[in-house]
Amino acid sequence: MTARIGVVTFPGSLDDRDTQRAIRLAGAEPVALWHKDKDLHQVDAVVLCGGFSYGDYLRAGAIARFSPVMEPLIEQAKAGLPVLGICNGFQILTEAHLLPGAMLGNDHLHFICRDQKLRVENADTAWTTDYTAGQEIHIPLKNMDGRYVADEYTLDKLEAEGRVAFRYLGLNPNGSLRDIAGISNEAGNVVGLMPHPEHAVEPLIGSGRTDGLPFFTSILKKLVNA
Amino acid sequence: MARVVVDVMLKPEILDPQGQAVQRALPRLGFEGISDVRQGKRFELEVDGPVDEAALARIHDLAESFLANTVIEDFTVKVEEVAEAVK
Amino acid sequence: MSRTPLDTVEHATATPDVELPWAELGLKKDEYERVVEILGRRPTGAELAMYSVMWSEHCSYKSSKVHLRQFGEKAPQSDAMLVGIGENAGVVDVGQGYAVTFKVESHNHPSYVEPYQGAATGVGGIVRDIIAMGARPVAVVDPLRFGAADHPDTKRVLPGVVAGIGGYGNCLGLPNIGGEVVFDACYQGNPLVNAGAIGVMRHEDIHLAKASGAGNKVILYGARTGGDGIGGASILASETFDDAKPSKRPAVQVGDPFQEKLLIECTLEAFAEKLVVGIQDLGAAGLSCATSELASNGSGGMRVTLDDVPLRDSTLSPEEILMSESQERMCAVVEPAKVDRFLEICDKWDVIATVIGEVTDGDRLEIYWHGGKIVDVDPRTVAHDGPVYERPYARPDWQDALQADDANKLPRPATGEELRDQVLKLVSSPNQASKKWITSQYDHFVQGNTVLAQPEDSGIIRIDEETGLGVAIATDGNGRYTKLDPYHGAQLALSEAYRNVATTGAKPLAVSDCLNFGSPEDPAVMWQFAEAIRGLADACQQLGTPVTGGNVSLYNQTGEAAIHPTPVVAVLGVIDDVARRTPVAFREEGQLLYLLGDTREEFGGSAWSQVIHDHLGGLPPKVDLERERLLAEILISASRDGMIDAAHDLSDGGLIQAVVESALLGDKGARLVVPDGLDAFTFLFSESAGRAVVAVPRSEELRFTDMCGARGLPVTRIGVVDGDTVDVQGEFALPLTELRTAHEETIPALFA
Repeated sequence: MTARIGVVTFPGSLDDRDTQRAIRLAGAEPVALWHKDKDLHQVDAVVLCGGFSYGDYLRAGAIARFSPVMEPLIEQAKAGLPVLGICNGFQILTEAHLLPGAMLGNDHLHFICRDQKLRVENADTAWTTDYTAGQEIHIPLKNMDGRYVADEYTLDKLEAEGRVAFRYLGLNPNGSLRDIAGISNEAGNVVGLMPHPEHAVEPLIGSGRTDGLPFFTSILKKLVNA
Repeated sequence: MARVVVDVMLKPEILDPQGQAVQRALPRLGFEGISDVRQGKRFELEVDGPVDEAALARIHDLAESFLANTVIEDFTVKVEEVAEAVK
Repeated sequence: MSRTPLDTVEHATATPDVELPWAELGLKKDEYERVVEILGRRPTGAELAMYSVMWSEHCSYKSSKVHLRQFGEKAPQSDAMLVGIGENAGVVDVGQGYAVTFKVESHNHPSYVEPYQGAATGVGGIVRDIIAMGARPVAVVDPLRFGAADHPDTKRVLPGVVAGIGGYGNCLGLPNIGGEVVFDACYQGNPLVNAGAIGVMRHEDIHLAKASGAGNKVILYGARTGGDGIGGASILASETFDDAKPSKRPAVQVGDPFQEKLLIECTLEAFAEKLVVGIQDLGAAGLSCATSELASNGSGGMRVTLDDVPLRDSTLSPEEILMSESQERMCAVVEPAKVDRFLEICDKWDVIATVIGEVTDGDRLEIYWHGGKIVDVDPRTVAHDGPVYERPYARPDWQDALQADDANKLPRPATGEELRDQVLKLVSSPNQASKKWITSQYDHFVQGNTVLAQPEDSGIIRIDEETGLGVAIATDGNGRYTKLDPYHGAQLALSEAYRNVATTGAKPLAVSDCLNFGSPEDPAVMWQFAEAIRGLADACQQLGTPVTGGNVSLYNQTGEAAIHPTPVVAVLGVIDDVARRTPVAFREEGQLLYLLGDTREEFGGSAWSQVIHDHLGGLPPKVDLERERLLAEILISASRDGMIDAAHDLSDGGLIQAVVESALLGDKGARLVVPDGLDAFTFLFSESAGRAVVAVPRSEELRFTDMCGARGLPVTRIGVVDGDTVDVQGEFALPLTELRTAHEETIPALFA
């Protein structure tokens, strides 16, 4: 038996098919979820993928956050359902207050697309156990609104609780506070990050590395062994 | 017929690169004496029916939960009378 | 003017003497008289709007048509061609049941007026052309030309154009995998913003723009219609504008990429359920174009009720609705039984869709407004029977002097120190510098199929995950060469794009072009145009790569000064397994560097002559198409048999530019030896065509050189991948760190 991992498509989602491919390559079964779905079709985990849901109009992720599918998702995430938010998905998770903080426009005001060096800070979340803490990886990054901000208290709390999951190395590509690239919730089942692991799962394609695959193998192992 | 205006501004402590870019351009354009610029959003809501306290309370909720992200933004709500003739 | 009563066909017949503003709408007197002759009466206002916009240069190709015919007449026999010139975009068979459609279009004038929106809507337009063929768009490319890099207006135009391309294309989820950025003072008031797109489909899914089957419904879907670009097609795109007319600014459209993304998804879903008989995108000339083209390409007529068009601005007149160029709209012809399902899919994607008419038995296009018939025309006369001009052309009197001003006689560097200095100047010059600051604003990862993207020689997209089948695209065009010799300059553009595709290991299949020139009313420009087309058509015939479609952009000039004639040529290639693609970067120390092809003293139009001497004169490099074909075959064979690890075509900047790029991308240096029979300067800077540099693993050396020898391709060992400098032995050495700074800091310093 394998795990069923849902990928939500909102109007304007872009990386839904890519994320499904990454899940498949990791050996799990991708399940397409539609933003108007009122239930999650009994999936074992959910990925909110990248893109420009609703054109990022108002604020990135702000409109998608009120889609029907978000209601059961928020409820079940609070009860422990593993959820990964990538880029726009991360923005949606902060707008939905499943993760603290918020995302603002890049400090240099340009869209940026690059192969980004990261350090894995927490290898104990539901989505990161196939990494080791301190491991340095390269994951493609592409965003307009990737500047992570939160107040000092929240940042200190995140650091103290080990909830900064990924940090930018070499160059902070968007002005994120404390070089934060990704974070998790307290329980470690909800993880959000700006870089795109689903674009680093095949040699030859994209960055030509497979540094993103462990996200999907981590969750698969967790779900199958559960 | 009334118009309610919701102004959304980044909180003062949040970096606003767009506002800074505008501010940096000012001396180049010959506008002196402006020490800071911050960029916000203005929403004009055309409200059917009377803008009573209950209506304003609903708009306040709407602004707080949707138009603004209070993690990073503040907002204000004010009523603006619209003359019927102008449209 | 007061427009009551409604100018119906009946009213027009009853009032033959009413004067219409045909001149203001861009029609010439004889063109207007022709409309009257076709109709047998004066046109209604709505009919005049349609004819004027459809007979504009932009829509009718009236000045270029007589020359463009050569692409058909000289088309090489090619089994790959599934749909040729005339449709929204050509379609090419790439094997395994897949077909690929691709096209390049210009959005030059709008991008000068409003760089962000002009460039953004340019991407939107070309992508709709691709969807209209039934294909899923899989990549975009953007060949760009700007004025001098250090001119203040370039600082306005370039960042806006780049942000617009990124803002729109990134939001659509289309990887941007290629294109070029070139600076030259000749483009100061006329930047060239060309946009290309590729789409993929199965053979059976090809859709055409035609309305057939009486009773079938015409559905307009996408954005509401507003007062955008009314007259834009005929005025903005066809007449030179100058500084004195700021009033044209509102004629530029604002793009909504989110709406377009929804349009892509709902159109593809409708295709997948076989709901669509015919389809057309709305671009220049809006509904005028869509209705007249759909009707004239089909078997029947069409009746449209304009009152049913969803409007953003309720005050629009019927003429304005017909001419509106509001973005993100499409028109589909659907069988009555399938209309409900079509509307359901649109609703799923939050796309507004409205039945606005139906296909009829007759052969007339009839349009109604408030119950009155305001258009009654033979749609062919609108869409296809526009005027055709045989514009006079003549070789300009300055051409001889330009060609006599030989670049080979310019002072050359005499010492290693001077060579070193000029190499640094070359690789840091805006045209030769890294464009990473620009391309990093484009998403090249989305869709998860990008194998190669800029700065590689061609972009490669995987189209089948199982087999690894992929397509490659490269765009090239050297305005300096084409100015010196339009016939051969156009052939060099094709040669370079063809070579770039082959360098990455793909087989060149077909061509699309975007022909950017000055005013056709200037005989000198018209000569450049005629020569360039003749050259391109001859070369396509010889290389066996048919032209599948393209775009002509004329009137790219300010006052008397035309841009360099700039035919941008896109070559599409196929690679049966993307795993064997050849990248540019040097990867392994110790690999041997070989130069393929002949190096001659050819500096006319070269980057060296521009950067060091600010000179343009002489003749461009010699064209040898058979050599290009042989070189391509060798590069493809070498890739297939795993004989080379890196390859880079040689073009502007010559060998040293190519070696520096490969070295910096791989972060591996190179030791070069000047071969016997060449001087160091010619070796490094010559721009002779038909050449490439390759990195060969030592184990493959014999096999590779034997293959070149057997096929008769000159092959010269020039060095080895080694160390952290580019070292030209006996002349100079440049550390990679110094080269990287020189190469990568120029563009951010100018525009960041």
